[in-house]
Amino acid sequence: MTSAHPGDGLTVPVLALGRTLLVTLQGELHDRTAERLRQDVSHRIARSGALGVIIDISGVDIVDSYLGRVLAEIAANARLLAAHTVVVGMRPAVAVTLAELGLTLPGLTTARDVEQGMEWLARRLPAADGRGRGM
Amino acid sequence: MTAAPGSAVATCLPVGSDTDLTWVRQQIRQVAAGLGFGLVQLTKLVTAASELARNTLVYGGGGHVEITPLERGTIRGVRLSFVDSGPGIHDVELAMTDGYTSGDGLGLGLSGARRLVHEFELDTAPGRGTTVTVVVWTADLPAARPGE
Repeated sequence: MTSAHPGDGLTVPVLALGRTLLVTLQGELHDRTAERLRQDVSHRIARSGALGVIIDISGVDIVDSYLGRVLAEIAANARLLAAHTVVVGMRPAVAVTLAELGLTLPGLTTARDVEQGMEWLARRLPAADGRGRGM
Repeated sequence: MTAAPGSAVATCLPVGSDTDLTWVRQQIRQVAAGLGFGLVQLTKLVTAASELARNTLVYGGGGHVEITPLERGTIRGVRLSFVDSGPGIHDVELAMTDGYTSGDGLGLGLSGARRLVHEFELDTAPGRGTTVTVVVWTADLPAARPGE
């Protein structure tokens, strides 16, 4: 499956790994790109029936309140579509800055890296039938 | 506080689109890295700049930012002035409150940015536009001593 807007330099690739979508953010993100990503991920979940979304931000230098809000919205949208989201790879300097900014993103699950994110999802996905209410 | 010799010329960049926001972040990062900012201070500076530049764009209807390298003793820093000629802020106290927003943001722009910088100054009045000036040093300083 290809991205909805190929070749314009403003898209973020969304990779499907089984029933998990892997989104890798890199460097400077235009506001427009972030907003488009929010819509793309929702559409991809709806179309593919993905149960998990991993957003890798290890390549992101800064997260400001705008990008933070977009990440939280992606997770909230995904939850409504029956998918869990985990944000992985936040740099320590970004975490320190977000905390001082006052943006602690309580609704967002985080993990150290993609592998830990996959493990978190794997533990969660069998519970998606409603028997295990972990949180 | 004086402008750093040899780099006293302030850089002025437009803030008129989200492409400008990206450019402003990149330029400030480059200037700060050149001044010897560490990773955490650099990240705080660029994040604060991103918040303030977005305010200039979204609430001020666009404007510009002036980037001035500074020197105080052996410590270096940078001053950023975000200037717009928009509607200004009617209730400064309210605008500085965590969680308050007149738009669709999280309301952390001004109050959050203030926590990320060493010096913060807000100059605004209804109908007269808004200028936010911040200073960030390469290291946390004890209280400022003028003339040092």
